[in-house]
Amino acid sequence: MYQLIDPILVAVLLLNFAALGASQLRTVIHAIALQGVLLGVLVVVAHNEFTIWAVLMACAAITLKGIFIPRLLFHAIREVSIRREVEPIIGFIASLLLGGLGTALAVLFSNTLPIAQEHVGSLIVPAALSTTLTGFLILTTRVKAITQVVGYLVLENGIFIFGMLLVEAMPFLVEIGVLLDLFVAIFVMGIIINRISREFSTVSTRNLSSLKE
Amino acid sequence: MVWLLVLIPLLLAVAAVLIPSGRLRPWLVPFGGLIQVVLVVFAISSENVSGFQGWLLLDPLGKLVLLFISVLFFICSLYVPGYLSLRAERPTRLFCACLLSMLGMMTLMTLSHHLGLMWVAMEATTLASAPLLLFNSSTRSLEATWKYLLIGSVGIALALLGSFFLAYASLYEGLESTLQFDDLIKLAPHLSKPWLHAAFVLLLVGYGTKMGLAPMHTWKPDAYGEAPGLVGALLAGGVTSCAFLAILRFYSLCVASGEAAFAREIFIFSGILSMVVAAVFMIRQRDFKRMLAYSSVEHMGILVLGIGVGGLATYGALLHLLTNGLTKGVLFLSAGNIHRAFGSKLTDDVRGAIRRVPMSGALFLAGFLAITGSPPFGPFISEFTILNGAIGSGKFVVAALFLLLLAIVFVGMGSTVLRVTQGTPSTPATATDFRESPRFVIPILLFLGMSLLLGLYIPPQLESLLKNAALFVENGV
Repeated sequence: MYQLIDPILVAVLLLNFAALGASQLRTVIHAIALQGVLLGVLVVVAHNEFTIWAVLMACAAITLKGIFIPRLLFHAIREVSIRREVEPIIGFIASLLLGGLGTALAVLFSNTLPIAQEHVGSLIVPAALSTTLTGFLILTTRVKAITQVVGYLVLENGIFIFGMLLVEAMPFLVEIGVLLDLFVAIFVMGIIINRISREFSTVSTRNLSSLKE
Repeated sequence: MVWLLVLIPLLLAVAAVLIPSGRLRPWLVPFGGLIQVVLVVFAISSENVSGFQGWLLLDPLGKLVLLFISVLFFICSLYVPGYLSLRAERPTRLFCACLLSMLGMMTLMTLSHHLGLMWVAMEATTLASAPLLLFNSSTRSLEATWKYLLIGSVGIALALLGSFFLAYASLYEGLESTLQFDDLIKLAPHLSKPWLHAAFVLLLVGYGTKMGLAPMHTWKPDAYGEAPGLVGALLAGGVTSCAFLAILRFYSLCVASGEAAFAREIFIFSGILSMVVAAVFMIRQRDFKRMLAYSSVEHMGILVLGIGVGGLATYGALLHLLTNGLTKGVLFLSAGNIHRAFGSKLTDDVRGAIRRVPMSGALFLAGFLAITGSPPFGPFISEFTILNGAIGSGKFVVAALFLLLLAIVFVGMGSTVLRVTQGTPSTPATATDFRESPRFVIPILLFLGMSLLLGLYIPPQLESLLKNAALFVENGV
């Protein structure tokens, strides 16, 4: 099923741009949820043969990345009555241009790294690097605490994609990668929903700026 | 038996949650700290401590860091009952449980000889320490915790990507797929070089974020500034040492694969950069707890610089790990006392600490002298050893920069510390109800005593631990 990997990765890359360019928070979260589901499918496709383990991993990824965390984020928006717009520090066009630049750089950089015979020509390495970069971009250029979480999720998805190279040789590493989702759950549940809303009327990291030089 | 070292603190953490008495609960922490010190001393003196098919292994470097962390935790834990008696209204159940699980996870970090397990331990350390930062539950501590978690988890995520790269470096060459350090060291000469380089940079950035190297240090002033003094001491001494241990393991891997020069250049660069950033922000620093955070950034820089210089300086850096951690204990705990006595941590409000809280004020001043490398304290010896190593290996520019930055930090930190300790208190003594009792001073005296001892005399057992650890770092065996 290797031939399915690249089309899925192309879709993942397009969703990166959707997350960068969308102005409504709901759209961004939908994009992330869809990306999570695609990554789950990717786990099955990246295996040579159909195994129970692969299906379990895929289910875990889809449940966490595609359903549980997006629902938490939607819940956070409702509970804390966050305004529905994204509020970027730089404009959407500039974000998209930077995203495109990041993708180009990721492709260039991955060409300098040697790739094992069975992975030559696959999009895994450039897609992983460019998704990681997109995550960084969202993380650093958005104001709201909740969009920073989204940025972190995209970054994490990029790392997850790279894990597909190792999924058969070292499944353990890929499994623990799922633990990264634990952080997200804690951000959202422990801090955004329970604390920030109590302390501040809006959930914007602009309020989180009393500590600086 | 090795798993007992991790399991016992975790069981005590569960006990701290279950125990109904709020008066007894804080004593579980020093109790756990004492048991841990005894077990660790026992483990260090035994020959071969390993378990779970080599996933857990106490190597010479692990021995040194584990001993240090358990001693640091024990002395800090002596401060806990007194501190919590002042803060009875706060959730002490969560506080004690998190402290003990943090001890368990830091121990796991020193024992784990498996790339993935070590990463999990680092992540767990972060998660266990986040509620401790939130203990004061102010908007400021909330902001600090948010930055700590967000920046820390990006670091952790990059460390995972680095681990993936490292795994691919062996997969690409068609080597046996392994994540255990012993096996990786054996395979190291055959690892794919481009992947190894990229992996090392990502791992240094990732674990360096947890360690607080510039420019990934931005969470540190906020977190250390808002955390209770005792948590600051544990983060600055314990968690950073764990992250440094991880970086040293990857360094050994680079050495074994013949890429030591590559790693050393990066170490020297990031060491100097951290020292520069810290020096800049320490000048005219008005918040004395944030000043301590920048001092921590500076000393993390000194640690990686020492490894980058190599040879004698590697020994110096490992000694500095101990002397810096112990002296940071003095500074954070006494700063906590001063903060409590004045109700502020800004130099505008805090004057004449020596008059208001004579012991804490004097200890804060002594801690400043110690951390800036004044004889006869421990940091003097370790910094001098690193300097010696730099001059001995012909790195004169590095040595000169090192001395210059130490001097700048001395002046910058000195002006803040003197403003805090000298003069006459600006607010009346009745402003807060904090009184300096022995239980708030004894742990600080213990820290200072040990820092002084390491400056005057290093016991032969510790000397051999240090030497073996330095050999282990340089050779990977």
